[in-house]
Amino acid sequence: MDATDRHIINNLQGDFPLCERPYAEAAARLGLTEDELIQRVEAMLENRTLTRFGPMYHAERLGGALTLAAMKIPAQDFERVAQIINDFPEVAHNYARENAFNMWFVLATETPARIGEVIGEIEKTTGYPVYNMPKLEEFFVGLRFEA
Amino acid sequence: MELNIIKHSTATSPRPPVDEADRRLLAAIQHGLPLTPRPYAEIGAQLGVSEEQVIARLAYLKEAGVIRRFGVVVRHHELGYASNAMVVWDVPEEQVTELGRCIADFDFITLCYRRPRRLPQWRYNLYCMIHGKNREEVLAHLEWMVNHCGLQTLPHEVLFSRRRFKQRGAIYTLPAETDGC
Repeated sequence: MDATDRHIINNLQGDFPLCERPYAEAAARLGLTEDELIQRVEAMLENRTLTRFGPMYHAERLGGALTLAAMKIPAQDFERVAQIINDFPEVAHNYARENAFNMWFVLATETPARIGEVIGEIEKTTGYPVYNMPKLEEFFVGLRFEA
Repeated sequence: MELNIIKHSTATSPRPPVDEADRRLLAAIQHGLPLTPRPYAEIGAQLGVSEEQVIARLAYLKEAGVIRRFGVVVRHHELGYASNAMVVWDVPEEQVTELGRCIADFDFITLCYRRPRRLPQWRYNLYCMIHGKNREEVLAHLEWMVNHCGLQTLPHEVLFSRRRFKQRGAIYTLPAETDGC
């Protein structure tokens, strides 16, 4: 990644213009040409520096639901349980963490009711309880990284 | 490299009206905006609406907070943010809001939520996420935050991630911002 790619990443994580020629306008802000910006974004998508170029939605405002859930899994059974959890399409991500509660995953579902169903299915298939820890109050969310 | 944060306030606003046409529009761009000079015209052509209507509706959805942000979505591991810790605190209910706001004020915090306790196994009710290049950096940030917000006496645990099994964002019918915790 060169300085221009970093410049694009650092300045284009939000506020993409809504106008007829948005790439041209964003490029002008960055001191690039429209062509160059499009080509660089394309290249960064291809080499997987970027996951995508587009919108991040607010799940709850679209009628969907999100929650964080945790489990305590014995070491010898960890791989089996991880596989089961990861196979659910509703699991957005799953992290092993250093704690007695060692499995932490986020569920993203199209309806709030589906959260409880998925949790029930995971408990039944794995044989371990799932601790559901939904968001009660949000003080801050704003994941943004500087390259 | 430094974390650079945007602030949102989204806690309890009512859900804005999103109709079927909006859903089709959001679905059409969920995997990415076309990389062509007039992307909104292309989306409009796909959906049978004008470029102008696409732009106006996206502006509305952004204003309403349905679109949280719009631009490049990076893989933070690939940018060198290899260490992430979820830090959980046991905070008396009457102090949660004040401490949550204090924690959320730091640049290196990427998420800060109140969540329910699960007693007796899990006593923690305030969560934050710290991303850094390595553990030392994350722990130094944490120490600074503990001193600044007066968190020294509150029980807490630091849960570094050991493995990332899956990270795809929440793409089911529509993607949402779910990174971190």
